[in-house]
Amino acid sequence: MSETSYEPVTPLLGAISEGALSVRDAGPTGMIAVRGDLTDPGFTGPVSALAGCALPGVWRASGHGGRELLWMAPDELLLLMPYGEPRLAAPTLQAEFDRQGVHALVHDVSDMRVRLIVEGTHMREALARLTPADVSPAALPPGSLRRTRIAQVAAALRIVSEEQAEVLCFRSVADYAFRLLGGAARNAPDFEYF
Amino acid sequence: MLTLTCPCCGLEAAEIELAPGGEAHLVRFGPGSSDAEFEDYLFNRQAAKGPVLERWRHAYGCGKWFLAARDSVTMEVYGTYSARLPQPPEEVLTRIRARHPGWQVPA
Amino acid sequence: MSTRLAKGGRFVDRSSKIRFTFDGVSMNAHPGDTLASALLANDRLLVGRSFKYHRPRGVVASGAEEPNALVGLGTGPRFEPNQRATTTELFDGLTAESQNRWPSLEQDVGAVNAALSRFLPAGFYYKTFLWPRAFWKHLYEPVIRRAAGLGKAPHPESRDSDSYEHFHAHVDVLVVGGGVAGLLAAKVAAEAGAQVLLIEQSAHWGGRAPVDGGTIDGMTPEAWVEQTLAELDALPNLRRVARCMGAAVQDHGYVLGYERLTDHAPGTIGPRHRLWRIRAGQIITATGAIERPLSFAGNDVPGVMLASAMRDYVVNYGVTPGQKVVLVTNNDDGYRTALALHEAGVDVVRVLDARPMGGGKLMEQLREQGIRVDPGRAIAKVSGGKRVATVHSCLADGEGNVLEDIACDAVAMSGGWSPVVHLWSHCGGKLRWDEAGAFFRPDPERPPTGADGLPMVIPAGAANGELTLRNALEDAVIAGKNAALKVGREVGEIVAPFGEEVAEAALMPLWIVPTKATPDLRMKAFLDYQNDVKVADLQLAAREGYESVEHAKRYTTLGMATDQGKLSNINGLAVLSDTLGEAIPQVGTTTFRPPYTPISFGAITGEARGELFQPLRRTPMDAWHDANGAEWEPVGHWRRPYCYRRPGESTEMAVNREILATRQSLGLLDASTLGKIVVKGPDAGKFLDMLYTNMMSTLPVGKCRYGLMCSENGFLMDDGVVVRLAEDTWLCHTTTGGADHIHAHMEDWLQCEWFDWRVYTANITEQYAQVAVVGPEARILLEKLGGMDVSKEALPFMTWAEGTLGGFPARVFRISFSGELSYEVAVPAHLGREFWGRLLELGAEWDVTPYGTEALHVMRAEKGFIMIGDETDGTVIPQDLNLGWAISKKKEDFLGKRAQARVNMADPKRWKLVGLETSDGGVLPTGALAIAPGKNANGQRNTQGRVTSSYFSPTLGRGIAMALVLDGPQRMGEELTFTTDDYDPADESKTTLRATIVSPVLYDPEGARNDV
Repeated sequence: MSETSYEPVTPLLGAISEGALSVRDAGPTGMIAVRGDLTDPGFTGPVSALAGCALPGVWRASGHGGRELLWMAPDELLLLMPYGEPRLAAPTLQAEFDRQGVHALVHDVSDMRVRLIVEGTHMREALARLTPADVSPAALPPGSLRRTRIAQVAAALRIVSEEQAEVLCFRSVADYAFRLLGGAARNAPDFEYF
Repeated sequence: MLTLTCPCCGLEAAEIELAPGGEAHLVRFGPGSSDAEFEDYLFNRQAAKGPVLERWRHAYGCGKWFLAARDSVTMEVYGTYSARLPQPPEEVLTRIRARHPGWQVPA
Repeated sequence: MSTRLAKGGRFVDRSSKIRFTFDGVSMNAHPGDTLASALLANDRLLVGRSFKYHRPRGVVASGAEEPNALVGLGTGPRFEPNQRATTTELFDGLTAESQNRWPSLEQDVGAVNAALSRFLPAGFYYKTFLWPRAFWKHLYEPVIRRAAGLGKAPHPESRDSDSYEHFHAHVDVLVVGGGVAGLLAAKVAAEAGAQVLLIEQSAHWGGRAPVDGGTIDGMTPEAWVEQTLAELDALPNLRRVARCMGAAVQDHGYVLGYERLTDHAPGTIGPRHRLWRIRAGQIITATGAIERPLSFAGNDVPGVMLASAMRDYVVNYGVTPGQKVVLVTNNDDGYRTALALHEAGVDVVRVLDARPMGGGKLMEQLREQGIRVDPGRAIAKVSGGKRVATVHSCLADGEGNVLEDIACDAVAMSGGWSPVVHLWSHCGGKLRWDEAGAFFRPDPERPPTGADGLPMVIPAGAANGELTLRNALEDAVIAGKNAALKVGREVGEIVAPFGEEVAEAALMPLWIVPTKATPDLRMKAFLDYQNDVKVADLQLAAREGYESVEHAKRYTTLGMATDQGKLSNINGLAVLSDTLGEAIPQVGTTTFRPPYTPISFGAITGEARGELFQPLRRTPMDAWHDANGAEWEPVGHWRRPYCYRRPGESTEMAVNREILATRQSLGLLDASTLGKIVVKGPDAGKFLDMLYTNMMSTLPVGKCRYGLMCSENGFLMDDGVVVRLAEDTWLCHTTTGGADHIHAHMEDWLQCEWFDWRVYTANITEQYAQVAVVGPEARILLEKLGGMDVSKEALPFMTWAEGTLGGFPARVFRISFSGELSYEVAVPAHLGREFWGRLLELGAEWDVTPYGTEALHVMRAEKGFIMIGDETDGTVIPQDLNLGWAISKKKEDFLGKRAQARVNMADPKRWKLVGLETSDGGVLPTGALAIAPGKNANGQRNTQGRVTSSYFSPTLGRGIAMALVLDGPQRMGEELTFTTDDYDPADESKTTLRATIVSPVLYDPEGARNDV
């Protein structure tokens, strides 16, 4: 029996909330958490190489085309790639660090979080209903990222463009987050603030 | 509701993004310490009216612990700084002393 | 009578009619009316009954300060009590009902309280109902609850059918108040480049200026407001929001704004209220001022109204509360009302001006219209029941001897103005007394300060005590400039628009009317309308020793009603200080607390209701559990199946079936909620040795070890199996509720204490779905799945292996919390549901049985395994639980070690863990106490132990329990007496149970079932 006979499923099963503002499950995504010294080229080099992009600045995202790096903490990055790839890529990267004597922690976290995409003209208004973070274009321009909370749960907000944001939250609260964002998108859809 | 700037990631965080951790700069006493030393470490707190040095964690952000010098009466924030420092940096002390001349870090 | 005038009313659209009902009576109104103006237009002066005496009450004010006109609005799920008629914008079909009356507003039985008012003085409740105690519960409380109280709560089963939301805004400058000062301050700040948010509580911009008159830069105030609004709307960095009240100013520039979006237009799509959670660099409070009533006898008779309110009704709504009006005043502003009434064709029958020489130019203007002004006069008493009939005039400085009876049907009263300083004061701003205006105003020397220690609130205009149009405009420019400068903008020279109005003569403070009013008059002069507090009450409180303003307030309930004393505070303070013979500033004010006016619970709650009330954490197998009879148990925010009930089964039957099936054959537990934290690095072993009481650095790779974690004060905080994944990597399992705080605890020590240790942690709890495969057939099921060697030899107890199981990437841990042969299998969470299904499918031939948390609990108790939160409560150390074997003697240090050496921790009299078997086979209540001979110092029975867990064991066929008992382990076989839930010391034989102390390990003590 081969592993490929099983399909990964996110808790939301690809749910979509349609409207002037849409909220949808981005589906399974490969994610690798890497902790290490972000100032050490011995650490950042292999991470950059695997991601195929430069290291992001503080609270920024870098990369494109499904291979991206998110700045999560002063000693932590989140590497995004197609689902399934981390199963080999994470242990390989860890092994490389171990071999080089670089103190780092690498772990496949593909199943730990879900990605929700919020899309529409008033994307920022929807987020501002739920988060204490300043989500104005000046504070969070496209390409930036902020970990904060939406209502009662932790979330990372990533601004992709003026009309699109991604919300990363833990898997167990995916349903809660989806309902929250769906509600925020439906309430007063033409309310414009930003 | 307070805002504190996390010195580890630079974000200005709202109180609901932070977790409080009590008094800062406690010196740990372990096995071999006297009862008095240990009780002081474990239980006795300043709870000062005025400048206080506190531990906070940017729990809903970068996850890092940091220290804050804050006034428990006026809520003025004199500064935030690394949790690794044994006492507030000079610029924070200067700001505290601008309001409270002669203020010293509590022993 | 109270009626609509032939013309006028700048807010109402006379070309159109709408209908509404009040107490079931249908009435006409115009779009633009408030409920209050519409009731007045329909000659409904009587709108409510007072709280304590049930006195008939009418509309007094025209805005948020209204104390009397509170009504119930709407029906069914939209019913809402205690809504102010003065701020309720009317719409077609509105239904309102009066409150606090029975059986009807006109015929109110409770009004008997008024006849007894002599016997209901200040502090009445405190004094009267102390004795006998039983009377309180059975007599006083039910009667008072029926007679007093405001409105009625919505039906408990009804659910608000509207939606609400929060909105977070971060701005440079927030301006609260859309009167001329607020508009101007906002304009100045925004033109300097600041991001400005301007909020106004009403639907209209411009505040009082269009009603009060004068000119701004030669324009009417109305024209100036219109022009300014157009200018503001052209600024991209300014946003203005109407119907949005500044409710609270809190630390570090945090402000709550309460926006009412659809109250005036029900049926509109979208949320009803929006709570703005604003973070502002600077806050300008341009909240205006509120007129004070005058304290004369009968000042609460319907038809007595604030002069400014009466002017508002005439000018804004084209409504007059009476045809023959008497004005009583101590200042010039009151004359504006007389002029407005006269201009509208209403007969102003008399002006009583308390000042010996009367007023200034405004008085002259009025006299030129032929209206009689009596200087040095005031009101002794107003008579009339549900409507003003007669004003009895007297000397203002006298005792109230009546000089003249003046027939009239309405009274306008003006006692001067008080700045609205609430928002200034919420966060610590202090006030100073203004002798000339007789009011408290913001003290610029003692402002509320922000995170930087600098002032964060700037009052502007009337809210800053600048009551004239000219000064208010100049003050607003200064406020706008200061705010812009403080948020880092540059500001050039700005000339304030020129405000011009008739100059006013000085006000004469007047707190008790007339100043030497006799006691019977003071008994009828109301300070606080809503709470029925009179001048006499406050004087009584002062005489009884309640000299502090905060005490007097609580004793009399002055200012404690839903209007928070907006009209009564200053008058009350003045009466108190007068009685005490102290100056008003020495007596001081009470504390202003948010919200400014009540806000809806819906707005506070926002989205957090129904299924979003709190987050619900679901495991990857949640949907299967839900579809298969799971009875849910909340564990932290997680929900876990307590058991799976089959059709016809009780909860108990299901639990017993699950236990027996697992012990006899095969059970499955969704263990995904267990915390999983990876700890890696060269110093990881050293770190874990500090964290756990036992030694983790010596655990060989490939093995598992049960570990205990204590806090620094020695108490057990968490437990779980620790797995060594690699030379420098461990995986720590925590309890279900422990994952987040144990991870935070680890990071705390790593970041703050041992920051030079090279260790990284990662909380990977949610990466895996984890299933416990438990029972004699567990191994054979895994073998059927295939792909990994799970034999006794390859995978002995307390080891783990990684591989592919039935095609799933898996980690298999051979650990047991039930005493049975058991494997815990972790697979990636996205595959968890599928893996669970596969186990069920392949396990069918052994009647595989999913079991819930209760079966888990019973099975662990049968084996004597402790559970964090059951056997521990934050005061229990591992030694109490006979877990000394898990405490390393070799380690020099670990968290909690020093604390466990403290005298009390080593006390041999600490209660210790034992097992219990009930003597009659029944089940002890959890928490039952073992009683001991004698009584303690409080006369209570002595105790010698307590039950920490208790269950019916289907395996053993009787009740079992775990307990902490004095000298427990040395008392095996001894029988103790335990309390039941209905324990009665007088009837112990019937309310206690007997149980025998036994070993906590009641099932398979040799561990043979696991050793296969």
